[in-house]
Amino acid sequence: MIELPCPWCGPRNVAEFRHVGEATPRPDPATASPEEWRGYLYLRRNARGWTEETWYHSAGCRRFLRLTRDTVSNQIQPPGAPS
Amino acid sequence: MSEPGRNGSARSGWNSARNGSLNGSANGARRNGGLARSARYSAFSLLRHGLPGSAEWPRAWRTHELRDSYDVVIIGGGVHGLACAYYLAANHGISNVAVLDKGYLGGGGSGRNTAILRSNYLTPEGVRFYDRSLELYRNLATELNFNVMFSRKGHLTLAHNDSSLRTMHWRAEVNKLQGVDSSVIDPDEIKKLVPYLDTSAATRYPILGALYHPPGGIIRHDAVNWGYARAADALGVHLHQQTEVVGIDVSKQKVTGVQLADGRRIATPTVLNATAGWSTLISDMAGVRMPVQTSPLQAAVTEPVRPFLDAVVVSGTLHVYVSQTDRGELVFGASVDPFTSYSMRGSLDFIEGLAGHVLELMPALSKMRLLRQWAGLCDMTPDYSPIMGPTPVEGFYLDVGWGTYGFKAGPVSGETMAETIATGRPAQLISAFGLDRFERGELVGEKGAAAVGH
Repeated sequence: MIELPCPWCGPRNVAEFRHVGEATPRPDPATASPEEWRGYLYLRRNARGWTEETWYHSAGCRRFLRLTRDTVSNQIQPPGAPS
Repeated sequence: MSEPGRNGSARSGWNSARNGSLNGSANGARRNGGLARSARYSAFSLLRHGLPGSAEWPRAWRTHELRDSYDVVIIGGGVHGLACAYYLAANHGISNVAVLDKGYLGGGGSGRNTAILRSNYLTPEGVRFYDRSLELYRNLATELNFNVMFSRKGHLTLAHNDSSLRTMHWRAEVNKLQGVDSSVIDPDEIKKLVPYLDTSAATRYPILGALYHPPGGIIRHDAVNWGYARAADALGVHLHQQTEVVGIDVSKQKVTGVQLADGRRIATPTVLNATAGWSTLISDMAGVRMPVQTSPLQAAVTEPVRPFLDAVVVSGTLHVYVSQTDRGELVFGASVDPFTSYSMRGSLDFIEGLAGHVLELMPALSKMRLLRQWAGLCDMTPDYSPIMGPTPVEGFYLDVGWGTYGFKAGPVSGETMAETIATGRPAQLISAFGLDRFERGELVGEKGAAAVGH
């Protein structure tokens, strides 16, 4: 069981959140090539270690948040700490 | 399986220079009943070894010195890697093969799954593929001379609402069209098959019907790993445990070798990534990016009780599957954890949810005790289908993205990947599962996979 630091609600149980996934920058649809768009849709780093990701506080403030998590130990990096 | 005619045609993809370096004894060994070097297991040998003063049982497989080069290096010593090595040697005469594993054989997903076999999937591609696997599993004990303890108990997928009942009908029709025994049955028939199931209408999630798949069942997963390892070893394949790969040498978009953690290097033109959980990391070494995200899936087992559950029971709505092993333990599995992770720790959330869901289905189990829980890593792809076949890097093959359905596909993926490697072309059964399908937008949406909500 892990706790996530919601910037609006404080530390809350992970069960309140929905995991949106790895932060993936969205290319401009007007100029992106099909390969870039495919990469945005499907390809993921799936890192074993520190990963920047998006979560949604679905059972709380219902806002999206960014945080950095170690995918091996599930530790959360405090905001602002060097990765 | 053992007709000699099968070896001929598929070998043509290997050029003659390569053929020259292959171990020629493989086909001969196969004709002598498959296993030349280790003793055959039989009732007679059991009796003989039981006599006082008899020799020790020979080891099931040998250890070898690492060679400087191999024709094929398979990364991952689970059921997929071992099966591929076995079929490379048995069907294609390619036995200069090394299987490398950073831990021990069958220590990953192949030893952590819930050992359920079935072929009642939703897409025609999936049904054909998994049904071939079931066919191979059916004859596996004879072929490998290893008791894999396959019991065809029958497999029930429960429907608790109209939409999943509709999906069950859909799956049943797709299955029938592919010649797979599968039908939708009503709660009365379910009650006859599994008397302990609460089929009354007064429950929170009443059971409206089920997809019944009589050929499905359970098997002993360790025996499958060991059986393939022993049979591959007998055909000359080298099995190297505790041998971690830390790099793949690629020159001009062609594989030339692999680097090991202890600093050694193996030269090879062909590398198969047959890992689960680590598949992204291995592909990264060859510079191949993949649409894979890794999540743990947890399972648990109870104390053994007398046999009372004759079928495998699955509920997609309640995210649980239950079966009883030959030893009498109940094995429970669930859906993947709600967020990606490489952690294989168990969680209390999981056990609480699981217990509630199991009791919803079978209230009589409320006094049973759980013995242990564990987790395995599932490499999830966007369409719940595997990624198999060649990559843009010549000589680097993938057999990954096995999500929650890898174990039941072990034999067929070994067979088809062996054919793909031997001929250089994707085998017909896996042509829909290539890495390039994501680029072309031709995804194979397999909603019949376990742990997928319908």
